[in-house]
Amino acid sequence: MNNILTALLLVFGSLFCFVAALGMLRLPDTVIRMHAATKAGTLGAGLILIAEAFFYAELGITLRALAAISFLLLTAPVAAHLIGRAAYYSGIRLWHKTWIDQLKDRYSAGDLPEDSGP
Amino acid sequence: MPVDTTLVVVASRFALVVLLISIALALVRLIKGPDAADRIIALDLISMLIVAFLAIESIYAGETSFLDVAIAYALIAFLGTVALARFLMRSALRKPGNINKIGNKGTDNE
Repeated sequence: MNNILTALLLVFGSLFCFVAALGMLRLPDTVIRMHAATKAGTLGAGLILIAEAFFYAELGITLRALAAISFLLLTAPVAAHLIGRAAYYSGIRLWHKTWIDQLKDRYSAGDLPEDSGP
Repeated sequence: MPVDTTLVVVASRFALVVLLISIALALVRLIKGPDAADRIIALDLISMLIVAFLAIESIYAGETSFLDVAIAYALIAFLGTVALARFLMRSALRKPGNINKIGNKGTDNE
């Protein structure tokens, strides 16, 4: 039973990781690519770590896998936010079909404190 | 050890191959990405894929200490991503094109 569950989680997790990499390669724009990488990548890695917890079924391994998952879930949005702000600010070109850019006239360089961020 | 692990061995082999292909795809984006931000995102994705790869390797090799390696690698990769994003932010602040944006500050919004 545990083996079947582990195998299923491994296959689905690796497929989500593949979707993340495919989106990284094929999507048209930096911000859209970041969407693929952060969400699908976190889901894939989390599923694989859950598979590991199911496979060993020991307390120590499960706790370590949970620690790794929660760490990924905590750091991925922070890193994505930092990169996204820096990328928008360094003047990336958005996709030509983008029609909502709410930061367009609001995010001028002087508004940013020099030492913002962690 | 569980009794019959052939299914898990086959699945982990499949997952290792798929993850290697994914890392190769992300590496293509890392090499050709038009901006520095694309490269940083590709590097972030590659480090996340390596964490998943280490977890699968720990199942495949039956060696639980690979999980500790994965956790430590995730920590270091997060620090690297934050440092690269900060670097991108700093270099964007110093870019000459942004002088105009600084001059525009608070013109017509509120």
